[in-house]
Amino acid sequence: MRRAFLATLFFVALVSIWHFIVQANIWSPVLLPSPKSVGEYLLGAARDGTLLQATTVTVRRLLLGYFIGVAIGLPLGLFTSASKFMEDTVGVLALGLQTLPSVCWIPLALLWFGQTESAMLFVVIMGTVWSVVIATDTGVRNIPSIYARAARTMGSRGLHKWTKVILPASLPYLVSGMKQGWAFAWRSLMAAEIYVTILTGFGLGHLLHYGRELHAMDQVIGVMLIIVLIGLITDKILFAPIERFLHRRWGTGAR
Amino acid sequence: MSLQEELVGPPPAKLSVENVSKWYRTSRQTVHALDHVSLKIGEGEFVCLVGPSGCGKSTLLNIISGLESPDQGVVMADNEPVLNPGRHRLVMFQESALFPWLDVIGNVMFGLKLKPGLTNRERLEVAKFFIQLVGLEKFSAAHVHELSGGMKQRVALARALAPNPRVLLMDEPFAALDALTREQLYSDIQRIWHKRRKTIVFVTHNVREAVCLADRVILFSRNPGRIREQFDIPLPRPRDINSIELAEYAGRITRALKGHSAGEVSDE
Repeated sequence: MRRAFLATLFFVALVSIWHFIVQANIWSPVLLPSPKSVGEYLLGAARDGTLLQATTVTVRRLLLGYFIGVAIGLPLGLFTSASKFMEDTVGVLALGLQTLPSVCWIPLALLWFGQTESAMLFVVIMGTVWSVVIATDTGVRNIPSIYARAARTMGSRGLHKWTKVILPASLPYLVSGMKQGWAFAWRSLMAAEIYVTILTGFGLGHLLHYGRELHAMDQVIGVMLIIVLIGLITDKILFAPIERFLHRRWGTGAR
Repeated sequence: MSLQEELVGPPPAKLSVENVSKWYRTSRQTVHALDHVSLKIGEGEFVCLVGPSGCGKSTLLNIISGLESPDQGVVMADNEPVLNPGRHRLVMFQESALFPWLDVIGNVMFGLKLKPGLTNRERLEVAKFFIQLVGLEKFSAAHVHELSGGMKQRVALARALAPNPRVLLMDEPFAALDALTREQLYSDIQRIWHKRRKTIVFVTHNVREAVCLADRVILFSRNPGRIREQFDIPLPRPRDINSIELAEYAGRITRALKGHSAGEVSDE
C-alpha cells in the first residue's frame, strides 16, 4: 500500500511539474502542450476509436513479427552453440547483423516488398532474430559443464539432453534474450511505422508521424505516452511472471 | 524389472583397471596424469583413492565412469570394457550438480526416467524410497537453492542411488561441507552402504575420511600419477572418525604420504 502510494505520488509530482512549466509560459504551447490538452486528445482519440484501432494494428504486427523472430532465432541459436561450423557461419552473421540498427533494414524492405505489411513484418523479424540467436547461443555456452556431465552419467543424450537439460539450464539467459528481442522488435516496428506509410493498417507510429506533420504536439506526446504504456504493460504481464518464477527456482535476485 | 527388485537393487559390480595411462596436453606443457595404473576392486568393496592434488585420482574416477577415456589401457566393469558413461556407474560430484529447474523429487526422478522397464508410478515410489533413505522426505518439493550444502549432497546421493547403479563413484563429495555436517554424512553413508551394497570408489584428499569409510585406501603419488601404496582397513563398522584406532591408521597413511610428497595433504 505504502509502495503504491509513493509511486502514485511520484507520477503526480511529475505531471504537476509539467503543468507548472506550461503555466510559466517559457515555451510556446505549440511546442509544449499542457497535460490537460494531451489528456483531451487521448480521450477524444479513444472515443472515436482511432487509438484502439491503431493500437490493435501495431500490437498485432509486433506479436506476429516477434514470435516469428523467436521461432527462427531460438533454433538457430541452439545450432550455433552446438556446431563449430554453424558458429563460424551463422554465428558470425548474427553477430554482425545484430549490430545493424533495424532502421537500416527499411530501405531494403521497401524496395523488396513495397509499401506492404510484409515490409513491416520483415523489419520487425530482422530486428528480433539476431539478438535472440546471440542470447540463445550465450545461454547454452554459459551452462555449468557439471550439469551436462551429471546428465551424461545418468544416460541423457541426444534430444533428451537438449530438451531436459540444456534448454531448462539456459532458461535464465533465454528469458533475458527474449526480453531483449522484444525490445528490439518494438523499436524496429516503431521505426518502420514512422517511415513507411501503408494503406492496410494505420498504427501508432503513423499516428505519431501525422502528429508531427500536422504540428499537433498534443497528439505526438499522447501517442508517445501510449507507446511507453504498452512497453510497460508487456513487461509486467509477459516477462515479470516468468522472471519471478526463475528467481524462485534458481534462488537468484535480491528479493 | 519389478518394483520389488528395484527396491532391493542389483548385485554390485567388480572393477578392473588395467594398465591405464593418461596425458593432458596443453600448449605449454604435457601433464602425465596417470602412469600404468592397475587396480582390482571387488564386488561391494569400498575403496578410497587418496593423494595430493594433481595425482590423477579424479582423472581415474572419470575414466572409470566413462566420462573420459584413457590414452592407454582399459577399465573393465564386470568383464566388459568401459567405453561410455552408463547407468550402472553413477557419479556424485564435489558440487552437488543438482538441477535448479527441478525440485528435490524431480532431481531424484531424472535418472529414473531414463531407465526403461518401469511405470511412472513405480519410478515415483522408488524416488520416494531413496529420498527417505537419505532422510529428506519432508523436502521432496523443495527447490534446490533452499537446501543447505549437506542436504544438497544427500539429494545428490539419492539421485545417484535411485537408478540402482552397481558402482557408485564419488569425487570429493564432502569437501565443501563443514566438519559437523561431514561427520553426520560419514555415518549416513556407512549406514546406506550397509543397506545397499554397492561397489564404491571414493576420491578424497582427507586421509581420516578415507580411513573412516574405506575397506581399502589406495595412496597415489603425482608426476606422474601412480599408485604408491595400498592399506587395508580392517576396523569394525560403523566407524567413528574420532576414534583412536582410526587416528592410528590415518597417521600411518599420512606419514607414508609425507614421505612421498612435501605435505599438501590435510589430516583433518
